[in-house]
Amino acid sequence: MVPEILQQLLNGLIIGATYGLMAVGMTMIFGMMDIINFAHGEIYMLGGVFAYYLVSLLGLNYFESIALSVALVMAVGLIFDQLVLRKLRDEPTLITILVTIGLSIFLQSTVMLFWGPSPQGIPSPFPSKTIQIGPIFLTPFKIFMAAVTVAVIFGLHLMIQKTTLGKTMRAVFQEKEAAAIVGININKVYAINFALGSGLAGLAGALLGTLFVVYPNMGLIAVVKAFLIVIMGGMGNFLGAIFGGLLLGVVESMAAGFISSSYKDLFGLLIVMIVLVVRPYGLFGKKI
Amino acid sequence: MGGKNQTIGLLVLVIAALLAPFFIQDEYFIHLLINAGLFYILVAGLNLLVGYLGKLTLGHTAFLGIGAYTSALLNLKLEAPFAVTLAGSILVSLVLAFLFGLIVLRLRGPYFVIVSLCFAEMLAIVATNWVSLTNGPMGLPGVEPPKFSIPGLFEFYLDTKTRFYYLMLALVIIVTYVTHRLVHSVIGRASISLRENENLAESVGVSAFRYGMIIFVAASVFAGVAGCFYAHYVSYINPEVFGFIYMITMLVMLVTGGKGTIAGPFYGCILFTVLPEGLRVAKDYRDPVFGIILIVVAIFLPQGMAGLFRRVWARFKGKEVA
Repeated sequence: MVPEILQQLLNGLIIGATYGLMAVGMTMIFGMMDIINFAHGEIYMLGGVFAYYLVSLLGLNYFESIALSVALVMAVGLIFDQLVLRKLRDEPTLITILVTIGLSIFLQSTVMLFWGPSPQGIPSPFPSKTIQIGPIFLTPFKIFMAAVTVAVIFGLHLMIQKTTLGKTMRAVFQEKEAAAIVGININKVYAINFALGSGLAGLAGALLGTLFVVYPNMGLIAVVKAFLIVIMGGMGNFLGAIFGGLLLGVVESMAAGFISSSYKDLFGLLIVMIVLVVRPYGLFGKKI
Repeated sequence: MGGKNQTIGLLVLVIAALLAPFFIQDEYFIHLLINAGLFYILVAGLNLLVGYLGKLTLGHTAFLGIGAYTSALLNLKLEAPFAVTLAGSILVSLVLAFLFGLIVLRLRGPYFVIVSLCFAEMLAIVATNWVSLTNGPMGLPGVEPPKFSIPGLFEFYLDTKTRFYYLMLALVIIVTYVTHRLVHSVIGRASISLRENENLAESVGVSAFRYGMIIFVAASVFAGVAGCFYAHYVSYINPEVFGFIYMITMLVMLVTGGKGTIAGPFYGCILFTVLPEGLRVAKDYRDPVFGIILIVVAIFLPQGMAGLFRRVWARFKGKEVA
């Protein structure tokens, strides 16, 4: 029993960390720009789709494909921000929600035209045989995934805390009018922020697309999960998103292992409902 | 537009709708009109929430599904007649809307949006996995067409498209009337004040929770009724009734037609059920086009077609419009 719990816990933490990546991206975009990005799930899907095409059609190696895929996804985010969201900086959230829903429909159905409905796995160079560490089994790919996720989150943390760009971003996050007064180019910071947030979702898509499969509709359940995490952690709360991601991963993994795998998605939703009944602004959220 | 013009216009429209089946030979076109009517009932409810109360829900399909499953199960398992399944759908969606409203109506802005979506997703998961009750993804086939009967005296099945069309038309008229009365009552004015500034409205004594609940329950009951009709009309339902694609279609119809207007849902539903058929060649490109329309309309035409018509009409009469 104990090894099995440990096994599920570890599986949950590894997958949850990837959820965390996606949720951090979403919470960055919400926290700074007040945008609830419904297209975040499709950006995540694009990360997987680009990586698949780069590996299997262009024959790039796996690691180059992941990196290039993230860059491409960031470019998509940048273009959307500058082309559309830039015009809506002072509009109410209802408008931006509708616009991102529009983008989400557009991306999903356009990818469906090229891709078709069938799921594909991204081929990876990792051997599929498991490694035993004490009582726990792991695949090499899961270890790689965990390492990348941890590295990216730490890298992002360092960037935000130590670099000038990070400082500028924090300033805009806290008080955008004041930041603009001292000469910070708000539009540029917003664009970078949106691209970074999208990049995190794209990376999550490429990684989970290798572990599971990639398909055009994969964004919907992913965006719902990201929302759940962001709500649990409090909207705009960076650490909350990471903890929320790990928590959801573990809950799902435990539920799938010990209760019922077909109801596993229900548990995350139930937890959020309960959290919101008790605390209408999330676990770590402030009243808005 | 004067009140008199409007009444005449409405009368002409109703007469045209009543006579339509005599001129339309193609059954398929009647089917499209029934579809438009079904969406109209859904979108009219969505409009109350999004257009008047200013709360964006993404869980409207939850109540479509609740209505559909209630009716289908009552009809299939208990052989209940149409009147009972309709009453059942109304009752169940009313009670669930009230209970769910207790949770979500305390939430503001993005929290409301997301939790409403979660609610629909939860129900979809339950409908897919509770196989002994809902038959899972295989769905429930064989729901009877609506039947009106007095045992031993007469029986009348609404089993042709034309008969069903008239039932739908009656429902569309009722829904429009109810929406009109609701919007022009204290409830409607309170909702608009909450939409414009919730804090200010509450400070002068408008209860966000109370009026929110009334609007939310009304909108959900509309959707439940639509679900009942859907189940009896299509005669087969599966968990896809909870699908996000219906939610998106409703939203595109509402936003393009004009949210916060009585006529908006009407324009939207006609446009998006009849137009795609005209452009059958481009079927594969329908959804990408939907996405782009939503983006463009949300940015450039916040009041949709209803707003556009109003402006054109005002210019035609040589007046400036506020």
